[in-house]
Amino acid sequence: MSTIRVRAVSSGDTTVVQSLIQHPMDSGFVKNKKTGKLIPPHHIEVLEFVHGGKTVFTALWGPAVSKNPYVKFAFKGAKKGDEIKVSWVDNEGQSDTLTAKIG
Amino acid sequence: MLRKIFIALAIIVGTAQPLLADNAKVDPKADFKAFREYFLNKFPNLKPNDFVNGPYSMDVGLRKQWLAIEEFPPYQFAIDRGKTLMNKKFKNGKSLADCFPNKGVGIRQNYPYFDKKQGKVVTLELAVNQCLEKNGEKPFKYTKAKMAAVFAYMSDTSRGKPMNIKVPNDPGALAAYKKGEEYFYTRRGQFNFACASCHVQLPGKHLRTEVLAPALGIMNAMPIYRSKWGGLGTVSRRLTSCNKQVRAAPLKPQDELYRDVEYYLSYMGNGLPISGPSSRP
Repeated sequence: MSTIRVRAVSSGDTTVVQSLIQHPMDSGFVKNKKTGKLIPPHHIEVLEFVHGGKTVFTALWGPAVSKNPYVKFAFKGAKKGDEIKVSWVDNEGQSDTLTAKIG
Repeated sequence: MLRKIFIALAIIVGTAQPLLADNAKVDPKADFKAFREYFLNKFPNLKPNDFVNGPYSMDVGLRKQWLAIEEFPPYQFAIDRGKTLMNKKFKNGKSLADCFPNKGVGIRQNYPYFDKKQGKVVTLELAVNQCLEKNGEKPFKYTKAKMAAVFAYMSDTSRGKPMNIKVPNDPGALAAYKKGEEYFYTRRGQFNFACASCHVQLPGKHLRTEVLAPALGIMNAMPIYRSKWGGLGTVSRRLTSCNKQVRAAPLKPQDELYRDVEYYLSYMGNGLPISGPSSRP
């Protein structure tokens, strides 16, 4: 199961994209209650939405973003049936991508 | 000899009578009617089915935010996880789905129920762990994570179905119902609050920044994703944290009294749709 959920809806000339990403987004400042040790930072660094070879949205994230982050934005120039590609890379080098159809 | 029998009989009669008399006073149908009327009269502008949306049925601003959240709800991942867990094979080749009627799909509205064989109320959470134990698997922790995910999946597949809790005319069932009712209306903790103080007397009112949910239909919305928790919680989690908030010592999750109070409240929500999993502030 992908860690990315995305829904993109086009109406008129704008497309509204909503996305939810499953990620712990550990800041590196929180202690494990049982062991008392710091939980190492583990967060997404780059999130990208690509439409037709062009990056329409980039987010550079850090430790301040909450767990399972949610993103919503709108852009122009897409039609129904086009594809939008979502991808993220975190500070440990893990990544995920997903391609969805604009509805 | 005869004397002994007589004494024994007297004891039996003596202990049996108050029990019978107690149960004779328990009338779930009348309670149900009074409870429903109380809430409908208190909130005459609210559609009955809207009570299951808790604080969002009571506050316009909150409702707007909630509708925006529901477009892309935070509990989505949990539903998928619950589905996977439900159908995951145990070591013996069976799965959780095999323990439930209809593979666990669309049956959440029938829980909790009174199990005559076990002589106690069986909640959804208890049924899940009983199934795991019966199959030699490690039980889930009651309050969150896997348990909440399975609960979320079962609720999601039952959304919109009317809550359908039965209190049979059985002394055990009636006693459990009564105990649950008593627990709900008994004051406890340093703040001296009963469950009913907030959820019957003051729904829709603010407790600091939070809007209190009505007791009517409160179980229909379980499990809940609370932004405060940053995750999903089961009925067990909700009840223990409610107790802590009035500074009462919480019981163990799935304690007999917790199951009874869930039984009572679920019965009060009969006929209203299942709305879980839900998001809450």
